[in-house]
Amino acid sequence: MAIPYHSPAAAPFSPTRRFDKLGIVLVLLVVAGAALLPFVTSKPNRIVPGEPLPIIGALPLGQAILLYAVVAIGACVAVLRVPNIWRLLAGMGVIGALGLMLGASATFLADGNGVARISPASGFWLLVFAFALLIADALARLQLGPLVRLGISALIVGVVAAFLWGGVWQDVSILREYANRGAAFWAEARTHLLLSFGSLAAATLVGVPLGIVCHRHGKLRVGVLNVLNVVQTVPSIALFGLLIAPLAWVAANIPGAAALGISGIGFAPAMVALFGYSLLPIVANTVAGLDAAPPAVKEAARGMGMTERQVLLEAELPLALPILLTGIRIVLVQNIGMATIAALIGGGGFGVFVFQGIGQTAMDLVLLGAVPTVALALGAAVVLDAMVELAEPRKARTA
Amino acid sequence: MIEIDGLCKLYDGVPVVDDVSFTIGKGDICAVVGTSGSGKTTLMRMINRLVEPTSGSVRIGGRDTRAFEAHQLRRGIGYVIQGNGLFPHRSVAQNIATVPQLLGWDRARIAARVDALLSLFQLDPGQYRDRFPSELSGGQQQRVGVARALAAEPDILLMDEPFGALDPIIRGKAQADLLAIQRRFGTTIMLVTHDMNEAMALGSTIAVMDRGRLMQYAPPSEIIARPATDFVAELIGSGDRPFRMLSLDSVLNHVEPGAAAGEAIDCHASLRDAYAECLWSGRDALPVTRDGKPIGRISLARLTRLAARPR
Repeated sequence: MAIPYHSPAAAPFSPTRRFDKLGIVLVLLVVAGAALLPFVTSKPNRIVPGEPLPIIGALPLGQAILLYAVVAIGACVAVLRVPNIWRLLAGMGVIGALGLMLGASATFLADGNGVARISPASGFWLLVFAFALLIADALARLQLGPLVRLGISALIVGVVAAFLWGGVWQDVSILREYANRGAAFWAEARTHLLLSFGSLAAATLVGVPLGIVCHRHGKLRVGVLNVLNVVQTVPSIALFGLLIAPLAWVAANIPGAAALGISGIGFAPAMVALFGYSLLPIVANTVAGLDAAPPAVKEAARGMGMTERQVLLEAELPLALPILLTGIRIVLVQNIGMATIAALIGGGGFGVFVFQGIGQTAMDLVLLGAVPTVALALGAAVVLDAMVELAEPRKARTA
Repeated sequence: MIEIDGLCKLYDGVPVVDDVSFTIGKGDICAVVGTSGSGKTTLMRMINRLVEPTSGSVRIGGRDTRAFEAHQLRRGIGYVIQGNGLFPHRSVAQNIATVPQLLGWDRARIAARVDALLSLFQLDPGQYRDRFPSELSGGQQQRVGVARALAAEPDILLMDEPFGALDPIIRGKAQADLLAIQRRFGTTIMLVTHDMNEAMALGSTIAVMDRGRLMQYAPPSEIIARPATDFVAELIGSGDRPFRMLSLDSVLNHVEPGAAAGEAIDCHASLRDAYAECLWSGRDALPVTRDGKPIGRISLARLTRLAARPR
């Protein structure tokens, strides 16, 4: 039987050979974002409906052409099969240019008018999304080490901070809202961090020992995990509400409780609810992590004369750490998002701006609460992913 | 050295180890053989008190093991298990340093000991010290496991199926290494195995266990020549008896004066190898050499006599 002769030259033309598949999708998004959808919305004041403007109307002609060119070059890099490092740099370059031009557009359109509101519109967000996808894809394909990834994240944070403090975005609507509420913003930021990290810390302090005890005692494990599962299934708003009565009772009837800041509404029930949600992932992942430690390792540790405590601290917990950190990552990202709901019961946090904004139909105010929340959650995920990877026992070198 | 006296272990009233008594002499290698579920591993784990006996006692060097704190006792006894149980999150050097660290040795002494052990096990310290277990081959991991057990210079080494995870060629090498190291340090070894060949190859004495009871405790030649029960005989395999007998001794102890034709055999080869060579090459005798120089011969007739049941 003859084997058909096959040469590369004889291969049929296929677009996927020359073009990147994801790149083709990205180009569609870029075309929609740059040509069909508005780049910014320009409003004479913060409440009235605004006028959507494409790039060409949002910027002086020269800058508009420059931005079109940059986006087009970025799209070409995305669609062609080029080294991933180019794709990474192109993605970051285009997003940087979009950020700069957003600020330029706001300054151009506001033209010194202090009450005008220039907000990023759907086209801007779609373009940012498309090139963020390009960056994420390039990062995944480059398979960079955790420390390099952290370095890149730090760089991005640095650039954003430079834009913020350098005044690039000072005329963009979200920062106009910020300018009106600077003090409140930082107070709510502090509350938000305290809620999400505080509940995480408390849940870790309680959850890890609880997980260790559950791992040792099979009967306890089933009971504890079932109870925590039930807590997890209570809808968050309901849990915040359900805690009002018992905590109000505690504040009223237990001496000193009120002085400690415990009350039916506000910070305390928010903290307790977030703590409750945090326990299940931490306890469950502690148990799973300890289960995953190979029995031979524990046997050897005991057989060499480690005390129970040493076996736990020197063998079991280090081996459980990657899974435990995964649990902490889940909890932190979940809590940063869920802490916005705390504003509903007077708990504070970025949610305050979100709910005020909804009440006033001022979308820029909603964004003032939502954007930092998303950024915080994203940052926490990146940092903890890197930590999980660093905690894993070294993999065999691929020769 | 290790005196096991009336040792019993019951789980839910069912005896897993049932009234076992025997003594392992200093510098002996005692191979404990049995099928799975025979209680051999439980017996071993009672020596370092990973399992507490229901009744009976173990004395090491004349002292009852219950006189020690369990973890202190274990630090003085080397322990090797199947699949080696190396800490995956620690480097080779850190793994080997485990017990010396528990004993509070100083840094310099630990580092020197780690390097000495790595060299002893033919692993270049510079190359392997900082590797992680996942970066080693199975045979290398096993050697590091044994090195770790020997790190604090224990007088006693307990080994539970230490070569079980190795392929036959590496296993043979690992067994030879173990014998060489045992001769060098005079360590008393108790080794659990289900493999009678391994027990014969390594054991100076063999303890045969069946359903929690000790069937026979004797040197290998005695076990082959006079199995105490049908179970022991079955474990040896009647068809293999003469060959097992031959494999226990080396040519060196039976060299006859004279010469023979054909390719020579080294005096350290086993009688079994010499016998096989005679049969395979169709010769009545083989020349014997030591370090390449002829020292005599070994005849098929002599080998045949040696293979017969001793009287």
